[in-house]
Amino acid sequence: MSWFKRVADGITTKSKEKKYVPDGLWEKCPRCKTITQMSDLVENKHVCPSCSYHYKIGSHEYFNILFDEEKYKELYADIESGDPLNFTDTKPYTARIKDSQNKTGLKDALRVATGKMNGVKIVVSCMDFSFIGGSMGSVMGEKIARSIDYARENHIPLLIISKSGGARMMEAAFSLMQMAKTSAKLALLNQEGVPYLSILTDPTTGGVTASFAMLGDFNIAEPEALIGFAGPRVIKETIGKDLPKGFQSSEFLQEHGFVDFIVPRTEMKDKLSTLLKQIYSKK
Amino acid sequence: MTNYLDFEKPVEEMVEQLEKLKETQAKGKVDMSDAIAELEKKLIEIKKDIYRNLNGWQKVQLSRHPERPYSLDYIHQIAPDFIELHGDRQVKDDKAIVGGFGTIDGQTFMIIGHQKGRNTKERQYRNFGMPNPEGYRKALRLMKLAEKFKKPILTLIDTPGASPGLEAEERGQGEAIAKNLMEMAVLKVPVICVVIGEGASGGALGIGVGDRVMMMQYTWYSVISPESCSSILWRSWDFKAKAAEALKLTPDDMYGNKLIDGIISEPLGGAHYNPAEASEILKKEVKKLYKELKELSPEDLIHKRIEKFSNMGSYKENSNLSA
Ligand SMILES: [Zn+2]
Repeated sequence: MSWFKRVADGITTKSKEKKYVPDGLWEKCPRCKTITQMSDLVENKHVCPSCSYHYKIGSHEYFNILFDEEKYKELYADIESGDPLNFTDTKPYTARIKDSQNKTGLKDALRVATGKMNGVKIVVSCMDFSFIGGSMGSVMGEKIARSIDYARENHIPLLIISKSGGARMMEAAFSLMQMAKTSAKLALLNQEGVPYLSILTDPTTGGVTASFAMLGDFNIAEPEALIGFAGPRVIKETIGKDLPKGFQSSEFLQEHGFVDFIVPRTEMKDKLSTLLKQIYSKK
Repeated sequence: MTNYLDFEKPVEEMVEQLEKLKETQAKGKVDMSDAIAELEKKLIEIKKDIYRNLNGWQKVQLSRHPERPYSLDYIHQIAPDFIELHGDRQVKDDKAIVGGFGTIDGQTFMIIGHQKGRNTKERQYRNFGMPNPEGYRKALRLMKLAEKFKKPILTLIDTPGASPGLEAEERGQGEAIAKNLMEMAVLKVPVICVVIGEGASGGALGIGVGDRVMMMQYTWYSVISPESCSSILWRSWDFKAKAAEALKLTPDDMYGNKLIDGIISEPLGGAHYNPAEASEILKKEVKKLYKELKELSPEDLIHKRIEKFSNMGSYKENSNLSA
C-alpha cells in the first residue's frame, strides 16, 4: 500500500479542503484506534492513514470526493417521504422520518447530484446510511428512477453509490416495488448505451443488492465492504453455524465473480474517470 | 383429514356434527335428512361469515395451509400437456422453481412457479419453496425461450422468500433476482403473474414483474414476512399479527394501493376446499387477461409495463403528495 505517499501529497499539495474543517477535531479509527486529525482524514478521503479502514461517510462527503472542485448541482432535492400505509410499529413512521430529518439534516436516505468528475459530466445517486440505515422507500426509488432517466436523456454516465441495509419496512410493498421500478428503468438505460457504474460500499444488502446495485455495467466495490442479499445474521441463524471469515466481503464477491474490481476510496475518482474515458468518450 | 386453523374452529365443530348425523343416517334407523340439510346450509353461512372477515394474519395462515394447491397442482389442472423443463444450464436444477411449456385451452404458455413440498421429505427436496440463484436463472432462461417462440408467460408466486444460505450468496442471489427484474421489464411477450400463496419479498418479485400482477383471495404479498417484521421492528416474535396488519399485505390492501392489478376469487374457505374449482377460476382469469394483452404490440406491452411499475411509490414533492 502506498498511502504514505498519498497522504503526504495530499497534505502538501491541497490544503484548501482543510478550511471546511474546524481545528482541533479528531477521529479515532474504529479498527486500529489510531487518532487522526479531521482535516487529515478529509484529505485522505476518510480512510484511516494507518490501517486503511474506510470510515462510513455519506452523500456530502462522496460528492466532495468525486466532483471537481467540490462543485455540483443537487437534483430532486424536494422529494420527501409520504406515509402510504399509515405505519406504526413502536413509533409512527412519520415521527421516525421527522426525527431522522432533524438528526441528519437530510430529507431522506439518498441524494442526487450532477457535475464534473475530472472534466467528465456525470450524475451521481448516493445513499446516506445515517438516514434510517440507508433504507429504500419510495423516495429513494423515485430519485434513483429519475437519476436513471436523467442519465438516459442527457447521455451522461450514471453512478449509484450504495450503502444500505435494504428495504424500508415501514413502506412494506411500496418499498418492494422500488426494486422492480429501478431495475425496469435500468433496462431502458441499457438500451441507450449509457454507462452505469454501481459503487458498492459498506454495507450493501437486501433489496438494494437484489436490484440496481448488482446491475451495473461495472460493479465496483470499496475494500472490505459487506455486500450480500441476506444479512449475515439471518444466514447464520438459518445454517446454524458461524460464517466463514471474509464471507460476503468485497473480496469474496470479486472472487465469486460478482464485482469487477475493488478500489480504495483514495483512488476512486481517478480510476472511475479512467474507466469512463476508456468506454465513453463523447462524440 | 382436514387441518383446521384456529379461527376455523366453528367450521370444524359443525363438520364433526354433520359427520355424526350422516353416520346415524347411514345406519338407517332414523331419518336425519332434514337435519343434515339444515346443518349443511348453516355450515355454508358460517363459512361465509368467517372467511368474509379475515384479518391479515388469518389470510397469511390460509396462504400457508398445508393442503393448499401448489404450482404443479394448478399447472397439471390448467395445462394437462405440461412438459417440465429443467436446469439453468450453469449449475443445476433448482427444485424450488418449476417451469415449462403447457397448453391452456389451445394457447401455449410458458408456465413458471415456485414449488413447495407437501410432506417433510418433499419440503426438503423443494427447499420449502425458497429458490437459490439457479432457480431464478432457470426461470429467466425459460422466459427467454418463451420470448423466442413468442409465447405468453404465466408465473405462479408462492414462496416464503429466496433462500438465505452460503451457496446462495456465493452464487449471487442478489444478482440473480436483480437480473430477472431488469429482464422481465423488457420481455416482448405478455407476462401474467399470480400470487397463489405466499409472496415474500424479492424472492417473490424475482418472477413477479408482469403486465398483470394478480393475487388470489387468500394470499399475501409484501417486503417481509409478518414474523420477521415483528422480530426486527418489535424485537420479538410475538407481534406477527400486528405486523401483518401494519404491512397491509392482503390482496385488498395491495389492490387499493395500486401495487397489483386485480384479485382472483377462491372457493369458499380457500382453494384447498376445492382445488379443481380454484384451478378453473384461475384458468378463466388467465384466459381473460391474455385476451386483453395479446392485442398489444411488444413495444406497447413493454412501455405500459415499465410505466406501471414506475408509478409505484408514495412521496411528497414541494409538499404535494403523489402516489
Ligand atoms: Zn485505522
